Amino acid sequence: MRVTFTVNGRPQEADDVWEGESLLYVLRERLGLPGSKNACEQGECGSCTVRLDGVPVCACLVAAGQVEGREVVTVEGLADFAKQRAEHGGCASGACGTADAAAGTPLDEARRWAARGSDSHTGEGTELSPVQQAFIDAGAVQCGFCTPGLLVAADEMLERHPSPTDADIREALSGNLCRCTGYEKIMDAVRLAAARQSEGV
Amino acid sequence: MDFLRPASWEEALAAKAEHPTAVPIAGGTDVMVEINFDHRRPEYLLDLNRVGDLYEWEVGEETVRLGASVPYTRIMEHLRPELPGLALASHTVASPQIRNRGGVGGNLGTASPAGDAHPALLAAGARVEVESVRGSRLIPIDDFYTGVKRNALAPDELIRAVHIDKADGPQQYSKVGTRNAMVIAVCAFGLALHPATRTVRTGIGSAAPTPVRARAAEEFLNAALDEGGFWDNGRIITPSVAKQFAELCSAACNPIDDVRGTASYRRHAVGVMARRTLMWTWESYRGNAARTEGAA
Amino acid sequence: MGTTGLPTNITQGSRTKGGIGESTLRPDGTLKVTGEFAYSSDMWHEDMLWGQILRSTVAHAEIVSIDTAEALATPGVYAVMTYDDLPTDVKHYGLEIRDTPVLAHGKIRHHGEPVAIVAADHPETARRAAAKIKVEYRELPVVTDEASATAPDAVLVHGNRTDHHSGHVPHPNIVHRQPVIRGDVAKARERADVIVEGEYVFGMQDQAFLGPESGLAVPAEDGGVDLYVATQWLHADLGQIAPVLGLPEDKVRMTLAGVGGAFGGREDLSMQIHACLLALRTGKPVKIVFNRFESFFGHVHRHPAKLHYEHGATKDGKLTHLKARIVLDGGAYASSSPAVVGNAASLGAGPYVIEDVDIEALALYTNNPPCGAMRGFGAVQACFAYEAQMDKLAARLGMDPVEFRRINAMSQGAVMPTGQVVDSPAPVAELLRRVKAMPMPPERQWLAAGEAADVRELPGGLSNTTHGEGVVRGVGYAVGIKNVGFSEGFDDYSTARVRMEVVGGEPVATVHTAMAEVGQGGITVHAQIARTELGVTQVTINPANTQVGSAGSTSASRQTYVTGGAVRNACELVREKVLEMGRRAFGTYHPAWATAELLLEGGKVVTDAGEVLADLVDVLGDEAVEIEEQWRHRPTEPFDLRTGQGFGHVQYSFAAHRAVVEVDTELGMVKVVELACAQDVGKALNPLSVLGQIQGGTTQGLGIAVMEEIVVDPKTAKVRNPSFTDYLIPTILDTPTIPVDVLELADDHAPYGLRGVGEAPTLSSTPAVLAAIRAATGLELNRTPVRPEHLTGTA
Repeated sequence: MRVTFTVNGRPQEADDVWEGESLLYVLRERLGLPGSKNACEQGECGSCTVRLDGVPVCACLVAAGQVEGREVVTVEGLADFAKQRAEHGGCASGACGTADAAAGTPLDEARRWAARGSDSHTGEGTELSPVQQAFIDAGAVQCGFCTPGLLVAADEMLERHPSPTDADIREALSGNLCRCTGYEKIMDAVRLAAARQSEGV
Repeated sequence: MDFLRPASWEEALAAKAEHPTAVPIAGGTDVMVEINFDHRRPEYLLDLNRVGDLYEWEVGEETVRLGASVPYTRIMEHLRPELPGLALASHTVASPQIRNRGGVGGNLGTASPAGDAHPALLAAGARVEVESVRGSRLIPIDDFYTGVKRNALAPDELIRAVHIDKADGPQQYSKVGTRNAMVIAVCAFGLALHPATRTVRTGIGSAAPTPVRARAAEEFLNAALDEGGFWDNGRIITPSVAKQFAELCSAACNPIDDVRGTASYRRHAVGVMARRTLMWTWESYRGNAARTEGAA
Repeated sequence: MGTTGLPTNITQGSRTKGGIGESTLRPDGTLKVTGEFAYSSDMWHEDMLWGQILRSTVAHAEIVSIDTAEALATPGVYAVMTYDDLPTDVKHYGLEIRDTPVLAHGKIRHHGEPVAIVAADHPETARRAAAKIKVEYRELPVVTDEASATAPDAVLVHGNRTDHHSGHVPHPNIVHRQPVIRGDVAKARERADVIVEGEYVFGMQDQAFLGPESGLAVPAEDGGVDLYVATQWLHADLGQIAPVLGLPEDKVRMTLAGVGGAFGGREDLSMQIHACLLALRTGKPVKIVFNRFESFFGHVHRHPAKLHYEHGATKDGKLTHLKARIVLDGGAYASSSPAVVGNAASLGAGPYVIEDVDIEALALYTNNPPCGAMRGFGAVQACFAYEAQMDKLAARLGMDPVEFRRINAMSQGAVMPTGQVVDSPAPVAELLRRVKAMPMPPERQWLAAGEAADVRELPGGLSNTTHGEGVVRGVGYAVGIKNVGFSEGFDDYSTARVRMEVVGGEPVATVHTAMAEVGQGGITVHAQIARTELGVTQVTINPANTQVGSAGSTSASRQTYVTGGAVRNACELVREKVLEMGRRAFGTYHPAWATAELLLEGGKVVTDAGEVLADLVDVLGDEAVEIEEQWRHRPTEPFDLRTGQGFGHVQYSFAAHRAVVEVDTELGMVKVVELACAQDVGKALNPLSVLGQIQGGTTQGLGIAVMEEIVVDPKTAKVRNPSFTDYLIPTILDTPTIPVDVLELADDHAPYGLRGVGEAPTLSSTPAVLAAIRAATGLELNRTPVRPEHLTGTA
């Protein structure tokens, strides 16, 4: 069958799609967007998290045919998505909640652990969303296989919830498994992104 | 495999009538796992994502009519006052990503004893609205589960909505899993106080071939509360009553040993959850100063 | 033809110096956060086929027949291969013993063994075709534990063994046995005031790396094959793949594709040979990607173990002796079982001074899933047992468990039970002191936000099982010892090629090794070393491949030591050449060229006093200096087969943990509140990465303490939970804060004084959590993982 939908703001069309294929397979193998990851294909790891009409979902559990006419944002489009949101005063998807009370980590505290020394210069000039940059800066990336899903989930959480407590972060990311980091640096990264975001850095 | 994409409820019913073996897919959280892992190759997939009616809910005077595909996230966010037990159960479903996609219709359609919504629906006393081209009917939740992963649906029927009475008293829900998030129930327990009728209802998940109520425990507790005038005097439930209620809930289980837990543990845990949820709801009913609802 | 996902050079520069000791950021970080980093499962080639492996549905059987006709006739199928289609006489592979069939021949020895392979134009076509292959099995009785495997009439998992361990093992179903005997245990036992015995069980853990086994094999015009794959050791793979294909090694060109974690699980081959076979057979590129179910059958696991420990101590708290027996289940194929046995035996006494020791460790052949390398490698299981013993002894003597450990802690100069003198810092007591001194986490954290309990801070988490009822806090401590590097006389070398030249008016270093970057950050460190040694800011890291010499395995906490050492060594040689060029060109202009100690710093040649002699740009001109050189650490020697004596390990590493847990004692649910760690790393080349390793290792130890276990049915030897639904690894809500105190006591034998970091934290985390749960519940708990059943008497 043919599936037509929008990915990262661009119309896409996939032909000869087998009816049992997932959105994840179509993104990875048909559209050249392998950023969403195939770690479990059973909705237990969050590595394939994408936004479907603004909502974070596991792409492995969405049948390809179900995305007909809908909008998908993947990690490959996250930087643009975040930029547009910033330009449009807060919310790219229109799904933002009201800002919550200042319950989060203060910027100074979030930065205390911050990496010393040089910045990451690979892909210099690549524009990153705040949460992407924070993942690099905080050392939240090791093997990186969980990273795309975590970024999409964390970005969406910060959109709804700009100043989360640690428990809020943990709850929001509880559907994303990471095997390398022990999550500590991921917590640091999300705190940092929140702090930078609140400062408008 | 054919992929059927009805644009409306009527089209969906027609498609199901024409292809009774078609497997409905909404959130995909069960069906896609089976397809990805080669456990199932249905002849037809019937996509319900485009049927907007299924994503809506109506809060009536006494009842909530909850569309089968309303995501668990929405239930948590919008229906907590009306459906506190189901809202708590929804919060224990898998992960945020899954809660954004899955709805009660999927739990009911699969009818796995481990479905998180079942104990809450049993305790609340829900009715499942199912429909086919032949017409619509309401199936009381007590009659819905007919066997291991089997339900009372006819082959041409689809689940339209669930009708749940708005809570007239405190409700609670607990689930045991061997992880603090994203875990399938080892066993689960739902409890609802119905002060209007002076009854208590329960629901047990993953501890019998189907989700079940602990009827003997309910009857015992209804009688004990009645005899002691508890509903009126708002006294603390005596430990011996709570203990016997818990034991009767354990006795209502008919569990198996499996890779997730032993039968013996399931019986034990259901008893503990029964006692705790009774204490939490009763404290809440008594209007005790201390709020005991879980806040998350 | 288009191919996507090919690894490219990564260039990293820096505004500041970015040398060793700084927390420079990953050179692949940007690619990984944008989704552009190409993992092995992301490889794509125009016109490629998909490979599928048919695996056995039984654990032990004779294969009566295989019928592939219907599969082969399926439209879209290009090839179906079985054992009979293997091209050469070499039909087995294996890390230490080549006992693993590429495809089953006549016999199945474990559940999920590869039987046939299919290549087709779509993964679903390949799956459907594989399902059409008819395999008739005649089932055999299974051996699943020591009793059944070593019974006199036991079915032999491998008949007619000829491997180098077969001569000294007491039974053909024992892969390898290693005693370690020192002193006289019988005599020492007489001095003991208390004797404590325990029987411990350690469950089968999975590495559960998130990136599934996968890769792409592309047939080449010269009859060879290009293989892009996620692995831990390219050259060890190559040595096993090429003979099966019947190709010389230079015609099997391997390139490391992006690796989604490893933790030991990629040390053995998975789909490498199968993809190559199908590519060469069909003449088309073939991609194989395991799904999570298959991944559980696609790699070896951590050895489950049964351990019997007896310790004695005097009433003033001095250990008198240790008698231990460690039985590891190696499953159906040897993998790295012999080396795991060596570790368990030689490290089985832990980081303690015990003069009289009698340890026996062995690994079985059974019909269970094959077990091999996983982070901690044989030292993990022993640490779980000896640390439980330390707590029991302390309790019997009425002593504080940390004080009891301190009294017996080894330090530099101590003699291991193998007779090896520990000749670098061994700050065991100090690590315990530090971890104990860390501030305790606040109590009743679930009420921090107000009156209502925040269930996310409680055992059970979002499942809403307790609002504080039944919850008891416990605190536990543990410390462990792990070897670094390959041991027992293994020629553990690495190779680095370093090039220096002027590019765009700036001196640039290029580092090329075959080291598998699996997430640990080795490439970050290589760039740092090059900057420190060569005074450049721009460093390019070439993709790892077999066009450069072997780097050895990314395992055994060894890569920063060994490949880091090789990179430093090559840099030093390049520097010598550059200085020589400088002396030739500029030596006459300044006497310091001949007399002073010269360094390369900030793109210049400088004296040790800081005087600038020349710009590197001028010294190099348009010449490039390139060196490829092997580097090895000091040699080790094998353990004596009867006594276990020998200088077996090149370095030891130590970590200590304090676990704080809250246990819902009625439901048996556990919340780990905090896992504090202190570790000596010798020298932190990249402090941020060091923390990442320690916190990650700690969390894997937490997993095996409270949830992770592959469950194998003892009657059928079949795996019961091969999925992420039923094999649970910790989520972010299960993982506590992990404060880390890093010590840097240099090991003078190692480059920069560094000490391997990755594994030690996985050892002590598990026993610390168990000790904390014991403290909260008063239960003995001799098995890990602990399940709610064990805490509620309902097992």
